[in-house]
Amino acid sequence: MKIIISNSSSEPIYQQIVYQLKEQILKGKLKAGDALPSIRSLAKELQVSVITTKRAYEELEREGFIQTVQGKGSFIAAHNREMLREKKFSIVEEKLTEAVLAAKSLELTWDELIEILRQLYEKEA
Amino acid sequence: MGNILEVKELKKNFKNFSLKDISFSLPKGYIMGFIGPNGAGKSTTIKLIMNLLKKDGGQIKVFGKDHIQYEREIKNHIGFVYDENHFYEELTLHEMKNIIAPFYKTWDENMFDKYMKFFQLPLNKKIKELSKGMKMKFSLAIALSHNAKLLIMDEPTSGLDPIIRSELLDILQDIIQDGEKSVFFSTHITSDLEKIADYITFIYDGEIILSTTKDDILDNYCVVKGGLDLLDKDTQKAFVGIRKNNYGFEGLVDSREKAQKLFKENVVIEKPSLEDIMLYIVRGNQYA
Repeated sequence: MKIIISNSSSEPIYQQIVYQLKEQILKGKLKAGDALPSIRSLAKELQVSVITTKRAYEELEREGFIQTVQGKGSFIAAHNREMLREKKFSIVEEKLTEAVLAAKSLELTWDELIEILRQLYEKEA
Repeated sequence: MGNILEVKELKKNFKNFSLKDISFSLPKGYIMGFIGPNGAGKSTTIKLIMNLLKKDGGQIKVFGKDHIQYEREIKNHIGFVYDENHFYEELTLHEMKNIIAPFYKTWDENMFDKYMKFFQLPLNKKIKELSKGMKMKFSLAIALSHNAKLLIMDEPTSGLDPIIRSELLDILQDIIQDGEKSVFFSTHITSDLEKIADYITFIYDGEIILSTTKDDILDNYCVVKGGLDLLDKDTQKAFVGIRKNNYGFEGLVDSREKAQKLFKENVVIEKPSLEDIMLYIVRGNQYA
């Protein structure tokens, strides 16, 4: 598990934790059943407040990424593949929306944008 | 979730200054930073909690019990760290400990040894030979060696270098690991200590301006920067405090949403630091 907190980011710290853990779950780096540190020990490690880590875990729990068992701690929840695919799909949508907005602010044409996308897609293949 | 510390409508009047019905509470297992400029009433509040000053009204409960009626019992479970050195300069750490230990029913010698080793404090050195950081650590070792459930610290970081301040962060977070203990500290410099604070209580001129979770404050408040042409009678009302210069303005707004609605894309909106919040609130009050 890897978490890097940026204090200069405008994103709240709890969201940074949520986002990074989600990404590791979606990429399969964190697997169903893996134990997470307690909110208090995570807060100490990251030198952030307990309320921040608590909020991050609550958010991840609400979205079904982790489960908390009273007295045992928090674990990565079991996912079905469909749900994971859907989550990943929504990330793609979100990132592309950002890219489209940036492209529009530069007044790129549709063809120019699609060309960039094609090049990037092929480079990563 | 019980409150370890509860202050309700606390009053204290001096000739030139008064605490005006201040209220706040600190739940078990969390850290609260008590911030405000010099002379805002931080030390007075702490002295009232410790019953070193007589209150003129209101109620203080520690561990759910009245702080005067159960003073002895409560004080056995409070670790108190002052800004000023309150030890005898000529004594060694060992001698000083022997004077203090009998006052506490719950004194734990093993715990004391553990902290002395952990802080690398020399038992046979005289107190006057210690650096400021070491004195603070010795105060902490004493405070932590009688099973305190509430640690109260008055300006613990003033005059300490960044390395010792960072060590202190670790120590405080260690203390609250079991979820049973709380830490209450005051400071007038918004330092790295606030990184780990769960709650912030902001006092100014004897009044509580804010008392809530730090995340709440930092999520809602924002610093807005823009050109002077955006300011008029109405928009100016949105600011808690504002600073203008020849080329533009910078101000604090208490809701990010409000700022976005009001100014749209015409301004830069930034995440504030607690220092920004303290500064603009004080400024807003001075020029109001």
